[in-house]
Amino acid sequence: MADSAIHGHEHEDNRGFFTRWFMSTNHKDIGVLYLVVGGLAGFISVTFTVYMRLELMEPGVQYMCLEGARLLASAEECTPNGHLWNVLITGHGILMMFFVVIPALFGGFGNYFMPLHIGAPDMAFPRLNNLSFWLYVAGTSLAVASVMAPGGNDQLGSGVGWVLYPPLSTTEGGMSMDLAIFAVHVSGASSILGAINIITTFLNMRAPGMTLHKVPLFAWSIFVTAWLILLALPVLAGAITMLLTDRNFGTTFFDPSGGGDPILYQHILWFFGHPEVYIVIVPAFGIISHVISTFSRKPIFGYLPMVYAMVAIGGLGFVVWAHHMYTVGMSLTQQSYFMLATMVIAVPTGVKIFSWIATMWGGSVTFETPMLWAFGFLFLFTVGGVTGIVLSQAGVDRVYHDTYYVVAHFHYVMSLGAVFGIFAGIYYWFTKMTGRAYPEWAGKLHFWTFFIGANITFFPQHFLGRQGMPRRYIDYPEAFATWNYVSSIGAFISFASFLFFIGMIAYSLKFGRKVTTPAYWGDEQTLEWTLPNPPPEHTFEILPTQDQWDKQPHH
Amino acid sequence: MAHVKNHDYHILNPSVWPFIGAVSGFAMLFGAVLWMHDNGPWLFFIGLAGVLYTMFSWWSDVVEESMVGDHTPVVRIGLRYGFIFFIMSEVMFFAAWFWSFFKHAMYPMATFSEGQWPPPSIETFDPWHLPLINTLILLCSGAAATWAHHALVHDNNRRDLKMGLIIAIVLGLVFTVFQAYEYMHASFGFAGNIYGANFFMATGFHGAHVIIGTIFLFICLLRVYRGHFTPEKHIGFEAAAWYWHFVDVVWLFLFAAVYIWGG
Repeated sequence: MADSAIHGHEHEDNRGFFTRWFMSTNHKDIGVLYLVVGGLAGFISVTFTVYMRLELMEPGVQYMCLEGARLLASAEECTPNGHLWNVLITGHGILMMFFVVIPALFGGFGNYFMPLHIGAPDMAFPRLNNLSFWLYVAGTSLAVASVMAPGGNDQLGSGVGWVLYPPLSTTEGGMSMDLAIFAVHVSGASSILGAINIITTFLNMRAPGMTLHKVPLFAWSIFVTAWLILLALPVLAGAITMLLTDRNFGTTFFDPSGGGDPILYQHILWFFGHPEVYIVIVPAFGIISHVISTFSRKPIFGYLPMVYAMVAIGGLGFVVWAHHMYTVGMSLTQQSYFMLATMVIAVPTGVKIFSWIATMWGGSVTFETPMLWAFGFLFLFTVGGVTGIVLSQAGVDRVYHDTYYVVAHFHYVMSLGAVFGIFAGIYYWFTKMTGRAYPEWAGKLHFWTFFIGANITFFPQHFLGRQGMPRRYIDYPEAFATWNYVSSIGAFISFASFLFFIGMIAYSLKFGRKVTTPAYWGDEQTLEWTLPNPPPEHTFEILPTQDQWDKQPHH
Repeated sequence: MAHVKNHDYHILNPSVWPFIGAVSGFAMLFGAVLWMHDNGPWLFFIGLAGVLYTMFSWWSDVVEESMVGDHTPVVRIGLRYGFIFFIMSEVMFFAAWFWSFFKHAMYPMATFSEGQWPPPSIETFDPWHLPLINTLILLCSGAAATWAHHALVHDNNRRDLKMGLIIAIVLGLVFTVFQAYEYMHASFGFAGNIYGANFFMATGFHGAHVIIGTIFLFICLLRVYRGHFTPEKHIGFEAAAWYWHFVDVVWLFLFAAVYIWGG
């Protein structure tokens, strides 16, 4: 087999740069492309937030001025430019939701490791896979173009919030909003095609003997996510098409003067939007399961409940959408239903959290970098989950709705939960994908600075929310100054940590220690650990046999 | 050893079509935005041409690969799965339009609709005239496609296969023409009222699917004349037939909900 690996490398070198990266039909290369472009979009999105936190650091508007955006505060007069602020929050949300987290987790790790976990030679539709990737690039380009195109208030960009609620989104002037709508259309098409590919691969190409109840949890998580994408994203496509015709062709889906209803948009959007939350987080569940199992030196506790908890979370995700809109004037009965259904989700989520803890119980746990991120994930995701239970109460939500409490809540689950999952995956599989190790101390430093920075950023936002500070405002009264200052300091620490991460990755790619041991974490439960680092161009040309992956006791 | 392959999955060669298709798609949509903001349709049509060219070339490659035997039984199962999931996503796309329709029909707004459905100022179509005829046309077309399918599968009867496909295609075209005729005689407009918005977008997207499905069947007919498809192996035709039945079913829901119940 070593021989085949060497041949594989030679073959890789024969492909030209354009052929390999632009015409790819290789799931591993496409996965890498997704991760790189996702990282790039993430960087753009993160710089937006750092600039926003800079502005929020002190009361008053010092940086986003109509006289011109500034990087340094100065004594000159400054008229607040609320439009710029709104553009940045919109850009941050759209980029993070559609162009960073899904591509990194589902597109990147899903493409690279789901076929490896099930022992498939590639995806079911390798060429379609590349279309998914390039449509994602096209969508990202449209999104970035939207930020720079003529928009509302005779300025550049759209300032309507990532949810694109009408009437704001239907009355925003200029081309920018239409570009944003098409950006979401294209990224949706990309994700749907990816989902079709993933589901087919999962159902049709598992290694001989790998029945559904033996598939590794990461592959399961990607499979469940694919279903959510397949069924939720087309509905969003319909909703934003209505926005498009309302804007450009005079329809009145969301305009009461023609008998339309703006609340309808919120319903359809959140029918997509809540599954979207699980699209973002479920792949992270999969990664965390493998990391915790590996560094506890134990098989995962409760494999089957873990699988069906993900399925249950995915299913329930479709029937809870209106808890995002308790304040729009729904009947009490409707609110009661959505409250109840929402709280039910805590049950399968609890199954997962406790199973992760039980996996560590009695294991010989060590804290290499991926495990630190998994630990961070467990802690932070639980915090975000608990504030989620708080917010699920319609009565309590009356007070918290659209305050910083909500911002804190969803950043704990998304920014800290999903992003910690991404980082856990990167450190866990970096050597597998590149053949080189990152310096362990650097990974740990990155973790601790990010963990501390992110918590300093978002924990005080709970306090701000309880004080009553509304979200999406460029300015605030003196009373909120302290915790905003603290939060901004946290954002700067996180950003410094992110820059350090980029530098470390660049260093490791070039100078990292070469690692040839396939199972460098000592874990041999899944099939990627049977392959060289990095795996050859074509893997599993000879399909794996059951003894290579079936290490678990029978369920 | 690197190219020893002991499985029946299809490992594809690198292809430039996804890249060209996505670039064209970007140009098309960017061009659409320019067009909607009165900057001329040129970029849109250049992009559209690129997209159509990509579709043609890509699917030609697929047919080619099928001819040289890349579509083994397990690959064919995968292709069927893939197409079914595609149709499921289409169903969810229509869910959005039905959602808007049912919301406004069941809970009409006080403004414009005056709390009634259809809104009092709207004169709707009589479902038992042209819409009923169109329903029958589309159902007959579906039956003809199924007849063609059976002719192929059971006794490889090429004559009936061609005949069934031709009937299905012609009826599909007639449906489209009738639908266009109906649109031209609508007493309500597309803009400014919720009834027209729901009606034209839902039936319009259905109509677009009818046109796509008709083209799909027409391509299958051309392939039949080229001698493609065997009783065992005819994924392209099967997908076209499934798609056509999906279009049928959407129409039945539109007919029942939009024309009869809500009209």
